[in-house]
Amino acid sequence: MQAHRQPVARAAWIVSWCLVALLVAAVFSFAFGQLHYGWNWQAIWHYREKFLHGWLVTVALSAAALLASLAIGLLSALARRSAFLPLRYAAVLYVEIVRGTPLLVQILILFYVVANAFGIENRYVVGVLALSLFAGAYLSEMIRSGIESIRDSQLESARAIGLTRAQTYRHVVFPQVVRQLVPPLTGQFASIIKDSSLLSIIAVSEFTLNAQEVNAFTYSTLESYLPLAAGYLLLTLPISLLSRVLERRFHFAT
Amino acid sequence: MRLEFRAISKQFGQHQALRDVSVSVAEFQSLAIIGPSGGGKTTLLRIVAGLETPEAGYLSIDDARVDFSEASLLLHRRRIGTVFQAYNLFPHLTARENVLLPLVVVHGLSRIEANETVDALFERFQLSRHADRRPAELSGGQQQRVAIVRAIAIKPRFLIFDEPTSALDPEMTAEVLDFIAELRGEGRDLIIVTHNMGFAREVSDHCLFIAEGQVLEEGRSSELFSRPRNPLLANFLAKVLRY
Ligand SMILES: Nc1ncnc2c1ncn2[C@@H]1O[C@H](COP(=O)(O)OP(=O)(O)OP(=O)(O)O)[C@@H](O)[C@H]1O
Ligand SMILES: [Mg+2]
Repeated sequence: MQAHRQPVARAAWIVSWCLVALLVAAVFSFAFGQLHYGWNWQAIWHYREKFLHGWLVTVALSAAALLASLAIGLLSALARRSAFLPLRYAAVLYVEIVRGTPLLVQILILFYVVANAFGIENRYVVGVLALSLFAGAYLSEMIRSGIESIRDSQLESARAIGLTRAQTYRHVVFPQVVRQLVPPLTGQFASIIKDSSLLSIIAVSEFTLNAQEVNAFTYSTLESYLPLAAGYLLLTLPISLLSRVLERRFHFAT
Repeated sequence: MRLEFRAISKQFGQHQALRDVSVSVAEFQSLAIIGPSGGGKTTLLRIVAGLETPEAGYLSIDDARVDFSEASLLLHRRRIGTVFQAYNLFPHLTARENVLLPLVVVHGLSRIEANETVDALFERFQLSRHADRRPAELSGGQQQRVAIVRAIAIKPRFLIFDEPTSALDPEMTAEVLDFIAELRGEGRDLIIVTHNMGFAREVSDHCLFIAEGQVLEEGRSSELFSRPRNPLLANFLAKVLRY
């Protein structure tokens, strides 16, 4: 933690970050200087509510997808450890297919084929479903490897003190898996936020689509897309900071 | 307590770990199980602890036959305190929480009652200072003592130890063996597998010698150690006592 740093280390930390910031600023101001671009921020300011609305939709979609993907990931991780083989193989198939194909393709198939066939008309529902199925497959593997990292000796101890299988999961396995999972989970959340931009292709009115629309109305490409980048960073940077803090907090030797 | 094994067999794949073990151990308070490595001591102990089921045969403890169905074994395990070689404790829980877990979750004590039990036990066995440490912050000997406290906290019918000191250095070994001797002094029933013959001889009143999946000798420790009848046992004792 910063608070525990020695004064010297702290000064080095500040100086280094200032250097990096200066360097980045120099590169970008040079690049933008070369552009000879006629900035038109006024046209964009006019659409500020559209940006805000899109940003909020992105936050809501990502939050919903995170929760749903946790449930899907947990169920599929348990299914992969099931003694009932069809269930186990179904989970393997799900994970392999999802991880082996691009999200874009999954969104298109889910929207134009599956949702169509099952009469799901709401694009937002399809969008959340696509994102959570995608992230769920990755989470499934994280949860499974977390469960498998629990040593046999612990399961043996749990049996010896008379815990049932369910109690063993509840009190021994899951608390440890959750601790291990917190850092990658925050990373996964950041990915979901970025990946949600792909939902623009099925016309879900999220942040990216709205920025694209503003660009179409105003012909101000950079002014439309720079706030877009900033809007995503506003979400992902705090998450990545949080992830580092949590990683330290939950770290314990086994 | 009394133990009776009748025609107990246990196989792991091709390997016959116990072959047709039949022996009855008359009234004892402390039973030591000794024998060469791979002989089947752990397997026999795990059957008594309800952690392993034999393919054939039956076991009775205090004249009550053990039912090897999983549901009944769960209840059986809940009434026994078992301590393994190492890694008994859950790494994400503090010493206190490790002892609390079975009390609260399995035995239905309230948190307050359970905490009182733990405080009293930790106090008595000089573990209070370590109550809020995780296993990784405890020495091997302290970990084993906490594991033993967890085993006795539930007021078990008897205690089972499988080489509780074989992963420890000599100093910690003494600390844990003293603890077990103290428990025996309190009159608790216990069964222990150990390679430490001096300790086996001192702490046990009865002894089983197991080799090649069979119980080759059973008797009072005072006789078994000084006048072994089975040549394999005599050989074994001569070998281990030489060092
Ligand atoms: N789970 C298992 N799977 C396969 N083989 C096993 C298993 N448990 C024990 N065995 C085998 O059964 C035999 C008896 O093992 P057991 O652990 O009971 O011996 P032991 O007397 O406790 O030996 P040690 O003194 O080395 O602990 C050994 O040959 C061992 O390899
Ligand atoms: Mg053994």
